[in-house]
Amino acid sequence: MELFGVPLQALLSQLLLGLVNGSFYAILSLGLAVIFGLLNVINFSHGALYMMGAFVTWMGLNYFGLNYWVMLIASPMVVGIFGILIERTMLHRLYKLDPLYGFLLTFGITLMVEGLFRSFYGVSGQPYPVPDALSGAFNLGFMILPKYRAWVVFASLAVCLATWFVIEKTKLGAYLRAGTENPKLVEAFGINVPMMVMLTYGFGVALAAFAGVLAAPVVQVSPLMGSNLIIVVFAVVVIGGMGSILGAIVTGLGLGVIEGFTRVFYPEASATVVFIIMAIVLAIRPAGLFGKEK
Amino acid sequence: MNMKAMRVAVSAVMACGVCSSAYAQMSGDVIKIGFITDMSGLYADIDGPGGAEAIKMAISDMGGAINGKKIQFISADHQNKADVAASKAREWFDREGIDMLIGGTNSAANLSMAKIAAAKKKPFIVIGAGTARLTNEECTPYTIHYAYDTVALARGTGSAVVKQGGKTWFFLTADYAFGASLEKDTADVVKASGGTVLGSVKHPLSASDFSSFLLQAQASKAQILGLANAGGDTINAIKAANEFGITKSMRLAGLLMFINDVHSLGLNLTQGMYLTDGWYWDQNDNTRKWAKRYFDKMKKMPSMLQAADYSATMQYLNAVKAVGSDDGDKVVAQMKKTKINDMFTSNGVIRPDGRMVYDMYLMEVKKPSESKYPWDYYKVVQTIPGDQAYTKKSESKCALWK
Repeated sequence: MELFGVPLQALLSQLLLGLVNGSFYAILSLGLAVIFGLLNVINFSHGALYMMGAFVTWMGLNYFGLNYWVMLIASPMVVGIFGILIERTMLHRLYKLDPLYGFLLTFGITLMVEGLFRSFYGVSGQPYPVPDALSGAFNLGFMILPKYRAWVVFASLAVCLATWFVIEKTKLGAYLRAGTENPKLVEAFGINVPMMVMLTYGFGVALAAFAGVLAAPVVQVSPLMGSNLIIVVFAVVVIGGMGSILGAIVTGLGLGVIEGFTRVFYPEASATVVFIIMAIVLAIRPAGLFGKEK
Repeated sequence: MNMKAMRVAVSAVMACGVCSSAYAQMSGDVIKIGFITDMSGLYADIDGPGGAEAIKMAISDMGGAINGKKIQFISADHQNKADVAASKAREWFDREGIDMLIGGTNSAANLSMAKIAAAKKKPFIVIGAGTARLTNEECTPYTIHYAYDTVALARGTGSAVVKQGGKTWFFLTADYAFGASLEKDTADVVKASGGTVLGSVKHPLSASDFSSFLLQAQASKAQILGLANAGGDTINAIKAANEFGITKSMRLAGLLMFINDVHSLGLNLTQGMYLTDGWYWDQNDNTRKWAKRYFDKMKKMPSMLQAADYSATMQYLNAVKAVGSDDGDKVVAQMKKTKINDMFTSNGVIRPDGRMVYDMYLMEVKKPSESKYPWDYYKVVQTIPGDQAYTKKSESKCALWK
């Protein structure tokens, strides 16, 4: 059976691979959306923090003998604390200014973090093995799906949905959203808003690091891995609507799939298709697919 | 300005021009070498800062000066953008007064720099870039192509693998000048040796994920997957090919693999791969001696490109010394008539089209059990004589070589 001259089996396997890549987009753009939605900060250092997540995982194994599963928790925590340090020492001074300042600061941090890792580790990167429990592959008949890739989809979807649930459906999430709408009033109810904002930034950063841990066994752990991805992730956030949590998750997965299909029908365009979609969406719905006009 | 003042000014300028050429043959009173390459992107490990270090080693081995004139060195990052490379080269020729330019990685960047160097009549030594167009359709009297090119890689890996029984090929190609060139040259050799090409897929430079492309390759049922890409792209493609079990049904042929790539991936993922290289640190006492000096500085073994950066700079400086001038035409003429015998090669010759011709090697990556010490990665399977590896006179479209 064929569709547009491509066997259905090939399309199915591309759909699955698209979901795997989409999972990375979803979890990275989710972190960006949480930070932008609640702090109004355009966190350009997201790619560098994702890279740090992968490197911390690699360091855990090579310097301290800590395995993948330990680092899956430890690495986001370490990088999250690094994020909190950035927030406390620099970023919180900029909240009252135009978002552009936060963008410039985080861009500068990106250059410094990437430069440091590049000078220590070079650009070819370090190999990270797939954990034993997830090595091997499922034979689905139409394709071989490495177990690890299936795990990536599962883990990132679980984290994305949990995040969405906490922010949109719980009391804590309600405090968070209220705190960004009207910090003075929420503070009057006895809630420590600056602390909440700090933890939110730390959490958004930890999401980036979590994606980094997931990526470590898939791609070479390299200082450039973040900058190769971050522009696409920004496009995902813009298409989904800046600050929309659900929008980031759905568009992340959707664009992964569309990109996957482009790789079959017209591979040369696979690097640009996301930006073409972005241009179209911005022309028709400037606030993004899930964003609200202000 | 009145006519008299004008006349004085003009004659003063002319007199100065005469006096400087009478006393010194070195323009600007220094010998200035420029180096433009990828310093920070996906090709930075195979050339980049290590290449700059190798050039500095050559300058210091020369004593830092020739006939009392200092040798200066500047380098820049073209970020894999041809327009950045071109404008930097133009700026350096016009304002910095460089006497020779070394082009690092990236074919598109080097094709654009070659045109500018030719217009400025300055020697341009290409080391990192692969496209054979530099000394074929787009040859210039000032371009010298030193380490390798896509034709040599294709004839090395392409014909040898077909002889080993790999008759059907599929290509995974980086979507820019170098990738297209490498795919075409290899496909020609495969067909000429009796093999067939079942298809190819083009991926963007620095692609983040190769699994989609690899599944298309697997669907072709070809025996050999030719990787017509380089650097980080090759590394991630090999990693994904192992993960998706593609290495079980297809054999990989790295059309441009460097020792840094093998080092970074480890022998588990790369064992048994064939690749063509022009230089290996563990070939003989000369190469080992130089590689050790380099290793002490960079803590990594040098690639073919970094060794060639040193060798080419030495050849250039020796030519400057021999003719006593840094005049572009004289130096290129001297380089083309001098045989190259150093730590890089023996009996290397720069042909009229600018191609440096020397013997290449088909290497096989060792199994982890065969590797006895750090960086012990290759066995030489076959030596490919230079005159068979590179473009032949009958195939050349270069007007300088007729």
